[in-house]
Amino acid sequence: MRLGVGAQLRRNLTILAVLAVVYSVVAMFVTNSYYQLILTLVPVWALFGVSWNILSGYGGQLSFGHAAFFGIGAYTVTLGMVYWSLSPWLGIPLGMVIGGLAAVAIGTPTFRLRGHYFALSMLAYPLAILYVLQYLGFQEVSMPMHREHAAAFMEFSQPRVYTLIAVGLLVAGVVISLVIESSRFGLALLAIRQNELAAEAAGINSRRWKMRSLVVSGMMAAVAGGFYARVLLVVTPDSVFGMLVSAQAVVVTLFGGVASVWGPVIGAAILVPLAETLQAELGTYLPGIQGVVYGVAIIAIMLLSPDGLFWTIRDRWFAHKTPAPLPDVGPVSPPPRRTPVRTGMPLLEVENVSRTFGGLKAVSEVSFSIAEGEILGIIGPNGAGKTTLFNVLNGVLSADAGSARLAGQQMLGRKTFEVCRMGVGRTFQVVRSFPRLPVLDNVIVGAYGAGLADRAATASAVRALRQVGLADQSGMAAGQLTNKQLRLMELARALAGNPRLLLLDETLAGLGREECDDVLAVLARLRDEGMTICIIEHTMHAMMRLADRFVVLDHGRVLATGLPRAIVEDASVIEAYLGKKWLARQNV
Amino acid sequence: MDLEILIENVLNALTAGITIGSIYGLMCIGLGLIFGIMRIVNFAQGELLMLGMFASLYLVTGGRVLAFLGPYWGPFIGAICAAPIVFAGGALLHRFLISRVSGLRTAGSLDEGHFGQLIVTLGISLILQNGGQIVFGSTPVAVRTPLSAEAYLIGPVYGGAMVFLNKAKLVAFFVAILVAIVLYLTLEYTRLGKALRAAADNPTAATYMGIDVDRAYRIAFGLGSGITAIAGGLMATYISFGPFVGFDYVIIMYSGVVLGGMGSILGAFWGGLTVGFVQQFSALILPPQLQNAAIFVVFLMIVLLRPQGLFGRSAERA
Repeated sequence: MRLGVGAQLRRNLTILAVLAVVYSVVAMFVTNSYYQLILTLVPVWALFGVSWNILSGYGGQLSFGHAAFFGIGAYTVTLGMVYWSLSPWLGIPLGMVIGGLAAVAIGTPTFRLRGHYFALSMLAYPLAILYVLQYLGFQEVSMPMHREHAAAFMEFSQPRVYTLIAVGLLVAGVVISLVIESSRFGLALLAIRQNELAAEAAGINSRRWKMRSLVVSGMMAAVAGGFYARVLLVVTPDSVFGMLVSAQAVVVTLFGGVASVWGPVIGAAILVPLAETLQAELGTYLPGIQGVVYGVAIIAIMLLSPDGLFWTIRDRWFAHKTPAPLPDVGPVSPPPRRTPVRTGMPLLEVENVSRTFGGLKAVSEVSFSIAEGEILGIIGPNGAGKTTLFNVLNGVLSADAGSARLAGQQMLGRKTFEVCRMGVGRTFQVVRSFPRLPVLDNVIVGAYGAGLADRAATASAVRALRQVGLADQSGMAAGQLTNKQLRLMELARALAGNPRLLLLDETLAGLGREECDDVLAVLARLRDEGMTICIIEHTMHAMMRLADRFVVLDHGRVLATGLPRAIVEDASVIEAYLGKKWLARQNV
Repeated sequence: MDLEILIENVLNALTAGITIGSIYGLMCIGLGLIFGIMRIVNFAQGELLMLGMFASLYLVTGGRVLAFLGPYWGPFIGAICAAPIVFAGGALLHRFLISRVSGLRTAGSLDEGHFGQLIVTLGISLILQNGGQIVFGSTPVAVRTPLSAEAYLIGPVYGGAMVFLNKAKLVAFFVAILVAIVLYLTLEYTRLGKALRAAADNPTAATYMGIDVDRAYRIAFGLGSGITAIAGGLMATYISFGPFVGFDYVIIMYSGVVLGGMGSILGAFWGGLTVGFVQQFSALILPPQLQNAAIFVVFLMIVLLRPQGLFGRSAERA
């Protein structure tokens, strides 16, 4: 559980309890069996929406094939009952296990894809299963009745019982979702959704968190499907694996509010009764009216309030007046000191690193080293390979050749988040923030990435914010910050992981003279505290003040290495980068 | 004897692969314009195909507009006439819905607007499928032509092995090739084609060059819709279809476009042709119900095995 979210969690749980009780009581007074069915289906589809929301809402991995898990649950329960007389009380948990296994089987290849390729590929799974089931002859499977041990087979003459079970399942799903929301799991997913590369560079193992969210999501969807089959008593491939089923999860969640636990609940509460009623009233004349309603609903919501009802309502009427203050973490201790590298040995040693893109040698046999506590400036004209070098060093790109050792350990060939965990913090040329998260959470992501536990992570984030002077802005959403504050926040995120080396990519880009001086002061203070920094920068006057040593890159090669004064007087550097004007101005 | 049957099956799969594959290729060109070149994720492309089938059906049999052409010419002329109708539909969809989540509005945003496009086109797809059920009914229909029951027989080529060339598929094949060539020449050599490609490649830069990007996008989206509709009209002569038919072909189209390489019209055609081959040859070993499942497996293989870099922004700039 993250620090400072307890109160909000308790409030949400209270709301949940009240809603569940009120809903159940209302359901007790409904006698029309059709309305009773609708009252049962609302929580089922809401649960399905909640499951989709965990993967696609929080994690941003849009799945158009969630029917795969729903259908697996439904068919497990039904076939279990037909062939082994397995009670749904056991069939639903079994379906859950199979759903989880299916999630691993599906996720392992599919998470190699991103964005719309992921979404489209997910679509293929339920459809492939659908055709296989049709081929195997399971076109329509009915559940056998067990009159003698009715309750043991989840068979009730009183439809209200189903409503109660459905509400119970939904409550469990919402609680799981709330717990995820208020833990590092949820924060990792939100970070991945908003900027996967930044999350990786902050030490988040995005692949693992995505897989976990898919497994949780798949299990929950299987439960919804299994119970749905029990309520309807008959399954067909189309009714549980079909496109409309997958769409249902997408639609109720987007309509109600994406990445909020209440979104799917609100969406299902509005859309399910609406569509079911229309289907019942007009279904004979207008078959498919349900699908049309869903289609119109998601187009309208996408164009009018892209994040869904919950957020629109909240932003309009319940916007936070004052940003939350820094949580109380007690006295903040200085960062634990890393054991220094052996004397005479550099902290970072880069040897003959090369990287080509097709025929272009972006980085070619680059070698340099950085001593502990040193600030190394990397300069060079645009396209010299500076950013590519950083990308190779922290695992965003693979190197074609060479080695890079941090305190003797090989950095190359590791994933980005692993390099981060070795103690390498990174900022980006274009700031990569998580715009909708508060500044504090942005920075905590870095601390979690380094493997710190909840309290320690918050403490580390608070310390980092104070180091860069952003403590007063900690409650603001990152999207509201100025450019300078964003640069500092990104620096704080890198610092929160307690790195031993910082890779800063044009941290001063786009800043005015005074802002530049502010950031420089922060960097100088970090150096005084013993931080080792490797910085790419074009602003020469700033670099002259800051850097201890320069490496000049040109066309992917090291053109010169040395003390700042020697570098700016080097004829080849002036030729390639600084230009004659620079020389003229210096001599005035 | 067994060898004869094998040879006959392989030869027939080959010819069916070429004819059906070419029509898939044409279909893929439509999506290739929209997804491959404009980078709009259109989930409703299968429904545009379905609209093409129904447009052709109503032109030929329902409204009897083209009845005077007779059952031989009518269905194929009908398929081509479906294009302007669906073109207009596609352009309108783009004008009122898709343009709000694509093009200049989303250029440079975090995911280039793909999230919004997926959702909006999913909505369009749901409306067209289910609305189609209301308007067209759910009984499978077909555009009847006597040609679909006739075949040229070639052979015997080896022992008793014969090759059957279904006449409807053969004519459809020629029409598809013709349309593909005309479209290719138009895009490659006319001013309109160049403007479309420029606008699609970089909307911001195209604006600075004085191209009306919104209009270019609308036309390109309409073209993509119309081309897919022709393919639908052609298919309608040899398969029976209903409002939900589009779904199976969405996956085929995306497989073809991705396989052929994003952004290339010719590539999309070859991709579709390849998928057609795979489907026909899978029929040699798989039961018919599993042919579509095989397509999905092929799609997953294509998307997973192609290196990440070919799929646009996977290797993003840090």
